[in-house]
Amino acid sequence: MTDTLIHTRLPDRAPPASETGIIHWARTNLFSSITNTILTLASLYALYVLVPPLLNWGLLNANLAGTDRSVCDANQGGACWTFIKVRFNQIMFGLFYGSNPDQIWRPVLAFFSLVALVIPLFFDRFNYKGMLSAFILIVFPFIAFALIHGAWLGLPVADTSEWGGFLLTFVLASVGIVAALPIGILLALGLRSELPIVRGFSVFYIELWLGTPLITVLFMASVLLPLFFPAGVDFDKVLRAMIGITLFQSAYVAEAVRGGLQAIPKGQFEAADALGLSYWKKMLFIVLPQALKISIPGIVNTFIALFKDTSLVSIIGLLDLLNMSQTASKGLEWKGYDTEAYLFAAFVFGICCYGISLYSRSLEEKLDRGHKN
Amino acid sequence: MTNTDPQGQPVPQAPGTNDSSYSIDIEGLNKWYGTFHVLKEINLKVAKGERIVICGPSGSGKSTLIRCINRLEEHQEGSIIVDGVELTNDVKNVDKVRREVGMVFQHFNLFPHLTVLENCTLAPIWVRKTPKKEAIAEAMKYLERVRIPEQALKYPGQLSGGQQQRVAIARSLCMNPRIMLFDEPTSALDPEMISEVLDVMIDLANSGMTMLCVTHEMGFAKQVADRVIFMDYGEIVEEAPPEEFFNNPKHDRTQLFLSQILAH
Repeated sequence: MTDTLIHTRLPDRAPPASETGIIHWARTNLFSSITNTILTLASLYALYVLVPPLLNWGLLNANLAGTDRSVCDANQGGACWTFIKVRFNQIMFGLFYGSNPDQIWRPVLAFFSLVALVIPLFFDRFNYKGMLSAFILIVFPFIAFALIHGAWLGLPVADTSEWGGFLLTFVLASVGIVAALPIGILLALGLRSELPIVRGFSVFYIELWLGTPLITVLFMASVLLPLFFPAGVDFDKVLRAMIGITLFQSAYVAEAVRGGLQAIPKGQFEAADALGLSYWKKMLFIVLPQALKISIPGIVNTFIALFKDTSLVSIIGLLDLLNMSQTASKGLEWKGYDTEAYLFAAFVFGICCYGISLYSRSLEEKLDRGHKN
Repeated sequence: MTNTDPQGQPVPQAPGTNDSSYSIDIEGLNKWYGTFHVLKEINLKVAKGERIVICGPSGSGKSTLIRCINRLEEHQEGSIIVDGVELTNDVKNVDKVRREVGMVFQHFNLFPHLTVLENCTLAPIWVRKTPKKEAIAEAMKYLERVRIPEQALKYPGQLSGGQQQRVAIARSLCMNPRIMLFDEPTSALDPEMISEVLDVMIDLANSGMTMLCVTHEMGFAKQVADRVIFMDYGEIVEEAPPEEFFNNPKHDRTQLFLSQILAH
């Protein structure tokens, strides 16, 4: 007689129906508790009450025909998208292009050249990413400015004070985002520097900007700054807003990156030191790639916040997407249709911000190396 | 480079000879963490090609000692001369020493965002300015030596602990160091992976590399060490060749330590 038990390996069986499929999903997500069941039913009722009238107003019964308000006035039960259609150029490109529709090709060309230049960066097999990025960052802004402004190319001049709408929002936000990133990274490194002056400056700078609302920064840049310059010297208003936004945004980027830097284990620094890497090489090749990956959600949050905050430039008399939509609906011609104006602005903002966050999520996944630091 | 006897074993230099004949020359080393005196009057001379195992209870300062040798830790008193270069606040000297001294850590400290191959070629390319192709060939040579060339394109997170530690050893070797420091290289490993790392270290020891190992692997010490150093409370309590050290420990503390560690 023996005590040894020999186990044979059992084959896997399919899980019971309650563990998979739509019923399982509904049970775990919608009806998992009494509270959840009540909330689910309440939400369904709310959707039933709200969605049909909204659909009716916004799509089924909406007005798109015609070129003036007579169509909309005749059919008050539906949204007046005619207004958006007629004023589309103004809302998207500002006052100059709104009144010179034959020039629209300039910002459109600039925008699509940017898209065409950026696309190759998404392909892993493309070998000249560094050169192309440098071109986009250093040369392209001048090309875009030449196209949109026009004076350098002998085109009808669209002065920056006449830039507006989505064009202005996009320009301010992308300049702010792109210029603030390197400054913010340097500041975050400065926070952890062993040199007291560098660290002190970084702390002071970041605390100063974190403690100031963007609206104050813009106001300072626009109203107070000119007082310090001799009469006659005048910086461009849009340029001043760009500088203000960049300085402001860099403090937030620095805070986001600081969090990532703190998450890098000490061993990574030690291993880089032990291999003889200098400070900058250690940061560039070892620390920052990991820290920035961790910081992506934080950095993207600040970008999205900035994108929406560009609306605050109205305080210095610039008309971004939101303010331009508002302005368009305030004229006698379209008075009373501001709901449509706000909805359209919200729609464009929503698409852009959702796009940014989708991209950040795909970037996080792409950079995932199966480790958690 | 190394003096060897007919069996190919390196001969430790007699004390008192010219400083440059030592790989590492530590004199009167003292170090404090705040008010805590971690290292007390350490004197240690390591000849070229010598293999030294440092052991001792945790908190005895053994890791701190070898971390002073490539200045991951700064010392306050005494002198450390590595390959004729004294470690001071002069960054140039520190860089020079770090280029010649490889280090393997308890927790591997591989760069998780780089492939195994990139881990191995980064420092040769950017510190030694080796052309990329050459660096890759060199790295593959060392990855073969630690027996994992097939993992070259994987990321560290995809490897087992033992494989990661072997990559870490290869990464250090790619810089062609004259001295290798091991800081408890097997302590973080699952038992079944310890021997694969020790095999690589034994192979390295037999090739004549100057090695300082902080480890509790007494079998390794017996097999390859020229000298075993026992530290306790920041002091070197006893140092002796392995046979002497294990069979005939002089000091009470050494005896106690050995009885605890060899009890199983």
